[in-house]
Amino acid sequence: MIGVAYVQATIAIINANHYHLDMANNDITLASLKNGQSGTIRSIDATDPQVQRLMVLGLVEGTQVQQAGAALGGDPMEFRFFGSGISLRREQAMRFIMTRDSGD
Amino acid sequence: MTKAGPSETRVPLHEIPRRRQADASIAVVGSPNSGKSTLFNRLTGLRQRIGNYPGVTVERNVGLMKADGRTIELVDLPGTHGLSAHSYEEQIAVDVIFGRMAGTQPPDGILAVVDATNLYQGLFLVQQLIELERPIVVALTMVDAAAAGGLKIDLEKLSAHLGGIPICSVVATTGQGIAALRDAILALPGNTLPQPTMAWPELMAVATELASTAALPMRRAEIERLIIDGATGLNAHVLECLGADAAIRLVRYRDELFGLEPPLAREARVRYAWVRQVLGDVQEKMPVLLSWRTRVTQIFNQPIPGTLGLFLVMAIVFQAVFAWATPMMDLIDGATASLGGWVGGQLGDTAFSSLVADGVIAGVGSVIIFLPQILILFLFIILLEDSGYLARAAYLLDRAMRSVGLSGQSIIPMISSFACAVPGIMATRVIPNRRDRIATILAAPFMTCSARLPVYALLIAAFVPAQNVVFMNLQGLVLFGLYMFGIIMGVLTALLLRKTALRGPKPPFALMLPEFRRPNSRTVLMQLLGRARVFLRRAGTVIFAVAVVVWALAYFPRSADMDPSLTENEAAAAQLEQSWLGRAGHFVEPAFAPLGWDWRVSSAVIAGFPAREVVIAVLGTVYAVGDEADEATLSRRLKASTWPDGRPVFTLPMVIGLLIFYACCLQCAATLAVIRRETNSWRWPVFAWIYMTTIGYVGALLAFQLL
Ligand SMILES: Nc1nc2c(ncn2[C@@H]2O[C@H](COP(=O)(O)OP(=O)(O)O)[C@@H](O)[C@H]2O)c(=O)[nH]1
Repeated sequence: MIGVAYVQATIAIINANHYHLDMANNDITLASLKNGQSGTIRSIDATDPQVQRLMVLGLVEGTQVQQAGAALGGDPMEFRFFGSGISLRREQAMRFIMTRDSGD
Repeated sequence: MTKAGPSETRVPLHEIPRRRQADASIAVVGSPNSGKSTLFNRLTGLRQRIGNYPGVTVERNVGLMKADGRTIELVDLPGTHGLSAHSYEEQIAVDVIFGRMAGTQPPDGILAVVDATNLYQGLFLVQQLIELERPIVVALTMVDAAAAGGLKIDLEKLSAHLGGIPICSVVATTGQGIAALRDAILALPGNTLPQPTMAWPELMAVATELASTAALPMRRAEIERLIIDGATGLNAHVLECLGADAAIRLVRYRDELFGLEPPLAREARVRYAWVRQVLGDVQEKMPVLLSWRTRVTQIFNQPIPGTLGLFLVMAIVFQAVFAWATPMMDLIDGATASLGGWVGGQLGDTAFSSLVADGVIAGVGSVIIFLPQILILFLFIILLEDSGYLARAAYLLDRAMRSVGLSGQSIIPMISSFACAVPGIMATRVIPNRRDRIATILAAPFMTCSARLPVYALLIAAFVPAQNVVFMNLQGLVLFGLYMFGIIMGVLTALLLRKTALRGPKPPFALMLPEFRRPNSRTVLMQLLGRARVFLRRAGTVIFAVAVVVWALAYFPRSADMDPSLTENEAAAAQLEQSWLGRAGHFVEPAFAPLGWDWRVSSAVIAGFPAREVVIAVLGTVYAVGDEADEATLSRRLKASTWPDGRPVFTLPMVIGLLIFYACCLQCAATLAVIRRETNSWRWPVFAWIYMTTIGYVGALLAFQLL
């Protein structure tokens, strides 16, 4: 069990290093895209199985994603990528760090 | 998650005996909304049958294709995005693909259905399917939509990237390209196996390495799933087949391959990187992120217009169900009434005449009247589903559902339950978590299904004045109120369960949203006709039988010594009172007297427990036999019905109570059976029945006593 805890802690550290907001680099999360804005996924905090599921659906690094709508209160949100649309909650959308596409 | 017993699946997969009549079995695999059902229907037409997988109670939808004296069986699987199952429904698809569904063989070949406008996700799945090492053909659907969007796909190059497998472009809705696809499917069993793609050579190397020590020949995809998903569930059996030290080697390999990265995340990263590379090569133009249609509908994706739109859609549906159907219903009503009168006149005062006029025509006719209403309701639900709006409703309502411990994913089963709880409950299979799923299953029967609609409509038409309140019809408003009542009861039930027996973490929510589509008229018509057929078949069999039985119970025994001074109506009433039905009704009357129900209503309600629309048929027959028969229609007969002392039976508090009873009570054997099947236990259907019946009784009691 100690081993498991150790591995989890290490994953957390790795993810913390891998997954950080670089404000200077114009980085945002998926959740902060405004309506009609698009960005490209740069890194993902994949510890949550729910996020892994979203990755299986195609939300991986390098995917260009556009915010296409939201429900009342701004949550959940709707995104489009390639030929698909998906709706997810802000909570999950925050796990995706984006580089905002130029031209916005 | 799957319920196939481990003992059955321990049998080495290759030793399960072949048990089938067809020469080859092809699994139809595709992601949800890829056009799979439409294509399946095109290919197999009416030669379909729905059975069960042996041992497990999951239905197996099979269609046959015949050519050159050979029969090829197509097995339609639930939609799945990949071979790593996330929900019960995906688990079924994966188990069938791997031949792990107890008592079945792995398919001889795969028909992969890929939406041409969504090659990105489609190729992720195809990549995994190729690793099954089975003959495979790709049906590229929606090529019309792709062409309209200016998307050109180089099929030859695509086929080369996919190990040389055949690819057929089709438009499932019009049938374009189906003939070529059919030929490709017929040729499939003899095809050479696809070359493995170069998507993930490291994984392939490890899988080959592990397979080299296997006692039995294993398919690469199976070992790959073991490596990626770990030795969980049915994968454990794969591990066993790999030999004694496989477990230790597996740990080492997984460590080497993935390090600390979650394996599923790595799989997604690697496979989609490859897909993107292929897309860059075969697609002349990346699809635009926003098509014109998306732009138009985008307005309704915004929070406020979206929510207003949702309410507007619901209001239109209710208005339509009540207002549009009325002329048709009046027509049928009038026709049955005059037919009954005419038959009665022709045949004279015989038992046979009474059977035809009072039993069959009055009983079955009073149910048939509701066909227009039910078809309009089904039409709207089919349209909502087929246009892709239902998924949007789910996401607009996610927040509301979250507050009761469910997620937007429960919305689709609940809206389907407005048509019928049976498909609604089956639609819960996409909900990943078992507790969330059961809570939704128990909420679903509270939704006002199409069989409740006739009962509501009858009572409303009889007892609610048809006046206008502001801009809506009062009758429509009451009906709307009853629908809301059902929703509230269902949601409260879910909340209660989530706080007690089904406590658990908040369910997550992520849902693929299909693009808005103009519903295909052929699909809509076929579904609607199917529904009409089911309804009429029920009316012609179950309800017919009930009407005849109830008529006999109400007609016999004939009393010989009627007081001759009685008027004709009084004599009919006295006769009914002393019939078998009358005696039985009087026996149960005390139980329902506190609700204000007389023996006729009580016996109708009891007869309605197997299927709730039967109550209408029973009321129709009982009132046709009794002393209210002078009135032409059932609703007028109800109004005229009185207690022996002359008080009307149907007072407002009594009617409100009866409506509440119907809104709550679980009077449907089919629903109980499907709850049993989907939860795999008797506990939940028994609980649901007792719980809902109690609420219905208490609600009706309170309404009658307090109002
Ligand atoms: N334009 C177009 N629409 C299609 C085609 N095939 C299916 N559809 C539509 O796509 C929607 C989803 O199809 P369906 O067969 O239900 O998908 P499934 O979820 O994969 O079974 C329906 O509205 C169909 O009418 C096609 O080839 N072209």
